[in-house]
Amino acid sequence: MHTTVAELGRSQKQSHEEFEEIPVVHSVWKTAILFTLVTAVLFGIVYPLVVTGIAGVLFPRQAAGSLILKNGQVIGSELIAQSFTSDRYFHPRPSAAGNGYDATASGGSNLAQSNAKLVQRIQGDIDKLTAQNPGKPVPIDMVTTSGSGLDPDITPDNAYYQAPSVAKARGLSEDAVRALIAQHITPRQLGVLGEPRVNVLELNLALDKLSK
Amino acid sequence: MSANGWLQFAIFSVVLLATVRPVGIYLARVMEGERTWLDPVLRPFERLIYKLCGVNASKEMNWREYAFALLGFSAVSMVFTYAIERLQATLPWNPQHLANVGTDLAFNTAASFTTNTNWQFYAPESTMSYLTEMLGLATHNFWSAASGIAVAIALIRGIKRTRSATIGNFWVDITRTLLYVLGPASVVFALVLVWQGVPQNLHSYTVAHPLEQPSHIQTIGQGPVASQEVIKELGTNGGGFFNANSAHPYESPTPLTNELEMLLIFVIGGGLTYTLGRMTGSQGHGWAVFAAMFVLFAAGFTVCYWAESQPHPLIHGAQQTATATAPGGNMEGKEVRNGITESALFATVTTDASCGAVNSMHDSFTPLGGMVPLVNIMLGEVVIGGVGAGMYGILIFVVLAVFIAGLMVGRTPEYMGKKIEAYDVKMAMLYALIFPLVILTFSAIFVLMPPGLSAMANPGPHGFTEVLYSFVSGAGNNGSAFAGLGSNWWYNVAMAWDMLIGRFLMIIPALALAGNLAQKKSVPPSPGTFPVNTPLFMVLLIGVVVIVGALTFFPALSLGPILEHLLLHAGHVF
Repeated sequence: MHTTVAELGRSQKQSHEEFEEIPVVHSVWKTAILFTLVTAVLFGIVYPLVVTGIAGVLFPRQAAGSLILKNGQVIGSELIAQSFTSDRYFHPRPSAAGNGYDATASGGSNLAQSNAKLVQRIQGDIDKLTAQNPGKPVPIDMVTTSGSGLDPDITPDNAYYQAPSVAKARGLSEDAVRALIAQHITPRQLGVLGEPRVNVLELNLALDKLSK
Repeated sequence: MSANGWLQFAIFSVVLLATVRPVGIYLARVMEGERTWLDPVLRPFERLIYKLCGVNASKEMNWREYAFALLGFSAVSMVFTYAIERLQATLPWNPQHLANVGTDLAFNTAASFTTNTNWQFYAPESTMSYLTEMLGLATHNFWSAASGIAVAIALIRGIKRTRSATIGNFWVDITRTLLYVLGPASVVFALVLVWQGVPQNLHSYTVAHPLEQPSHIQTIGQGPVASQEVIKELGTNGGGFFNANSAHPYESPTPLTNELEMLLIFVIGGGLTYTLGRMTGSQGHGWAVFAAMFVLFAAGFTVCYWAESQPHPLIHGAQQTATATAPGGNMEGKEVRNGITESALFATVTTDASCGAVNSMHDSFTPLGGMVPLVNIMLGEVVIGGVGAGMYGILIFVVLAVFIAGLMVGRTPEYMGKKIEAYDVKMAMLYALIFPLVILTFSAIFVLMPPGLSAMANPGPHGFTEVLYSFVSGAGNNGSAFAGLGSNWWYNVAMAWDMLIGRFLMIIPALALAGNLAQKKSVPPSPGTFPVNTPLFMVLLIGVVVIVGALTFFPALSLGPILEHLLLHAGHVF
């Protein structure tokens, strides 16, 4: 039967002399090597494979990266931002991942608030947007790069800001586009957590359904 | 700042509080060798591991043997990881055909994961194969977490036992932590993460044809993410599967995963305060320690949340204050789903603990907002703290607090019926001094030499903060970064030593203290005994933590974030 640690403490008080450590020290290396190998197999191979197996059965779509298919071809992932540049689509946030939206090189700009490059970049983008939409304050997420460079979402404010130009490019009424945005707002999770958001790729797919 | 933001903080705090007692009791049962409800399944595995590894589970160790076992195991497992990194091109599960990792980076990374730091001078998705991630890195997330918990429990045993030469068996302690705590929790919560959208597969990277321009192929990095993600947080390791860490939508796809990841970071450290109370027979002491930690946590979050909600003083024409449907504030380096609240909360949690996972880029925080994670690590990560490391860290401060209280009233200090004597205070001071010594020395050297300066990504005082943050994060075994800082041979090697010293040279005095306390006899409490379960004790403990941290690091902080804040608000950019 297993002995509790308290019992062990009482029974082991005798060994106090330093020279008694010597045989223990010899066996430490052997135990360390064996323990490393045994637990490496258990937690480095068996554990991830078990999780992979169960995940593949229970949540196959998520386990494979929440990919979106169109006509049998992968067009991207619901969770990963991709580049949109024409006025016919909503644009994601600017990206600092690789050369932009590089899903093998995630990352932020890491520019400091006190870095002139950051201030010039943000102010430059604001000024461009303001020239086209005078008098409307630019939602800040529209001109800042995300932490991952792959943020799939924009704020509802950002989406509404883009609505007029998308409506014009597609020959849709602005109200129809605004209604589409409203349908695609993901509220705070469980009503409180995180922030309300709009998934850009899903919104653009819905937009394509509305007008080819 | 918004009402919803404070509500999110309150919800996180309440859920955390609710976990403290059950987790603490469970940890105590596991570490005391008592029966748990998982015994029928796991006991045979436990016995098998002892048998395969030649562990005599009934033989206890004195502190030197315990330390030697820990150091031996860490050395062997570090070499193991170094070898995998160096050989990954010839090993299986490398679908992207990534090359072997270079010597200095492999050394840095092996040291980083062995020490529970998970500092990453590389972009994982383009550097590490699936096998390296699973077998070389995620294994250390289990091992280093178990080792930290083992040291904390050994120190608690030292406090509790009287006239005992031994403080437990290292192999038994880590085996039980791995099997009964970290393993089962990881399987369960990894599946929760997958449910919310975290990938878990061994496919090669996905080739996607984007909607607007199908010919501009987007390659999407994936892999066995969830299994590593969960232990990255639960073991307060922090090493991301992707470069962007938990900011990457594949590491934390929803606000719920963000919340879960923050709770996983705190759950064991929080529970250990209850374990402390339970094992030493003074539950009030455990709660007093938790309360001191919580006050510092809430203070850190408040400052960070406030600072990150502020508009940039030099940017005009943007909506920088919160609306009902946009968070406003400083969104550079932050994800929309997390907004300001969950980003500030994550940054506070990950540096209060020694986790170092990030869900936003600390380098782009406001000067004062970014100072909060830095200060949290400087305080020794004793605010909940890393798994185990936070507990033995705060116990060092408890010894110092009791010692200072004893000096004030002119009595021999006592703690839990043990006289705190010269040897104990020496060990506590050694622990408290090694940390700033290694940080300030390395930082001073690196801001004076060209390879140190050329790695800075941002000019001005922020560049200095990048260097300071890296050595603080390394010695504190945190692993979060002002990630703009580039890497070179000098940083790879210096950071590796910074992390190794910050881990092992601090564990040794902690174990020495455990051994010395264990062999003392118990003295009955007298009217001069300073009670350690009162609000007064809590205030004193907070005071000692803050004063030691502030006295040591205030000059460095004023050259970095404080100067940057003042200059930025005076209209200076660099």
